[in-house]
Amino acid sequence: MSQGLIAEVGAADATEIVGARAIEGRSPWQLAFDRLRHDRVAIASAVVIALVAMMAIFAPVVAHIVGHPRDAQYHTTGLSPAGIPVGPGRRFLLGADELGRDVLVRVFYGARISLLVGVVASSLATAAGVVIGLVAGYFGRIVDTILSRFMDAVLSLPYLVFAIALVSVLGHPSLIVTIGVISFFSFSAVGRIVRGQVLSLREKEFVEAANALGAGPLRIMFVDILPNVLAPVIVYLTLLIPAAIVFEATLSFLGIGVVPPTPSWGSMLAESLDYYEVAWWFVVFPGLALLITTLSFNLLGDSVRDAFDPRYARLFVTKEPSGRTATTAEAEPA
Amino acid sequence: MTRFLARRVVFGIIVLWLVATLVFIMYFVAPHDPARLLAGKGATALTLRDVRHRLGLDRPILQQYGSYLWNFLQGNLGYSYFSQEPVTTIIGQDLPVTASVAVGGSVLWLLIGVTSGVLAATRPRSISDRAVTALALFFYSMPTFLLGELFLLLLFFRLHLLGFDFFPGGGYVGLTQDPVQWLRHMILPWFTIALVTASVYSRLTRGSMLDVLGEDYIRTARAKGLRERRVIYRHGLRAALAPVVTQFGIDLGTLLGGIIVTETVFGLPGLGQQIVQAITRQDQPVIIGFVIVASTFIVVANIVVDLLYAVLDPRVRLS
Repeated sequence: MSQGLIAEVGAADATEIVGARAIEGRSPWQLAFDRLRHDRVAIASAVVIALVAMMAIFAPVVAHIVGHPRDAQYHTTGLSPAGIPVGPGRRFLLGADELGRDVLVRVFYGARISLLVGVVASSLATAAGVVIGLVAGYFGRIVDTILSRFMDAVLSLPYLVFAIALVSVLGHPSLIVTIGVISFFSFSAVGRIVRGQVLSLREKEFVEAANALGAGPLRIMFVDILPNVLAPVIVYLTLLIPAAIVFEATLSFLGIGVVPPTPSWGSMLAESLDYYEVAWWFVVFPGLALLITTLSFNLLGDSVRDAFDPRYARLFVTKEPSGRTATTAEAEPA
Repeated sequence: MTRFLARRVVFGIIVLWLVATLVFIMYFVAPHDPARLLAGKGATALTLRDVRHRLGLDRPILQQYGSYLWNFLQGNLGYSYFSQEPVTTIIGQDLPVTASVAVGGSVLWLLIGVTSGVLAATRPRSISDRAVTALALFFYSMPTFLLGELFLLLLFFRLHLLGFDFFPGGGYVGLTQDPVQWLRHMILPWFTIALVTASVYSRLTRGSMLDVLGEDYIRTARAKGLRERRVIYRHGLRAALAPVVTQFGIDLGTLLGGIIVTETVFGLPGLGQQIVQAITRQDQPVIIGFVIVASTFIVVANIVVDLLYAVLDPRVRLS
């Protein structure tokens, strides 16, 4: 009798020796990370993102090597006698812009703005969304009604129109305003996801247990419930970054984002709009940088989502981490 | 049904009131003096007081708020600081351009999104499924203005250099003036708006279609001996469209944003250009009017979308 009990306890234990290999119990986080590590798309996009980050970090070094400071205008070497920007060549590797500035150097500096705004704005939005979602879901009733209606209203606003109005009323566009505007229009999607999860989590036994042990609402919300909603939050955060990068580029394109002469890929593309007929490089290089960055973040975000959700079948995965063949769990119409 | 409609309308009115109040706080309560702007830099204190009085800015804030809301209710959006024209006239003038871009763009957007999604869902894991998924991700990552610029560079300018002048390089021709030219000038803007947003719909339709095709009534339809085409389009797609339609309502705000950007890229003289111009001139009444009209459009469209939802999926009962 007691023998059987011990055996059962042993089986439930995290580690058990089967043959020569130890089978370890792994947390969902370890599982997700393991799937990511073996996902070629995820690795490739992470490498590209790391390269873009290097561009941002080493922009001054590159400027020093080429000998062209960020905003320096070369009216004699960068522009033809007729005032047309010179194309890619030995002096300007990626060509010059309409003021005779080096496109290569400015594309490198542009990576700073995109990454900074993308990461900071989406982190702020996620943090705000998590707090508001937790509060709305945990307290329920009137608090929930007010916060949810507010989030619905923000979601139904024509956000670009409102962002434009907001920037115009704040007077001068600036980096801080840009980040604030993007965060404000992005938090409610996260907030709604978290709220939905919390609504069901707060009825679980562990919350009841924490309550019985005398934990206050703050402790229950942030220590007990929060870890359980982190997976969808992280997935959403990675997908929010490229959206924030596009948002910043769009604001800068419309002239209400980053202030010139600070280069942003969006503002460079706006400047190039009048020159695409004579200077294709002025459109193509900032455009490529922007597209490759958002594409990598979106691919990584997709992989992160799949890593956390094993039911979701991959289209491009050929090998599973353990060496099994491709998953066939695709929701085939039965 | 009536109760549902009434509740939606009430919520819509609340949203509009919220928008109007937000705009009011932004423009009238915030430390920001339109009178100084309007009177010009060299204005004397006397002129400034005069302008302030004319704009009603010297009245108590609540009274200003009241007359501000009352004017909206009467459909009076004020007068442009710049051209002195009524804002409603300005919006009315530019509406045809924006409507051309919006209607054509969203028809194309839904058409591309839904057909590619159905194509991918009916042959899961096939080449076409993978191609659609990859393309969707590509266009999803593409900022609207970048796609527009690339269209101009490649489809207008490069083709023009090669001697093909099929796509014009921007500008607008009225539909009533010359329908063929109107269509030619609209093609690139339409695709610019459609391709970026269609990518989301392609993925959405694919997922929703895969779910629906697994349901019992689809098997019943097949067992009855209906043709596959009829099963997919009449039985499957109709139910699968419900989440797509909901998303469309949510994305109308995105559509407006896309229109502003697209009009800027292609130099179309519509509402999008008007508001960008109004912002550089700090023409408050035009900005406010635009925000109010845009929000009203979105609120109304969302109610229509909710009604459509019930028409598409007979299982949905509005209550």
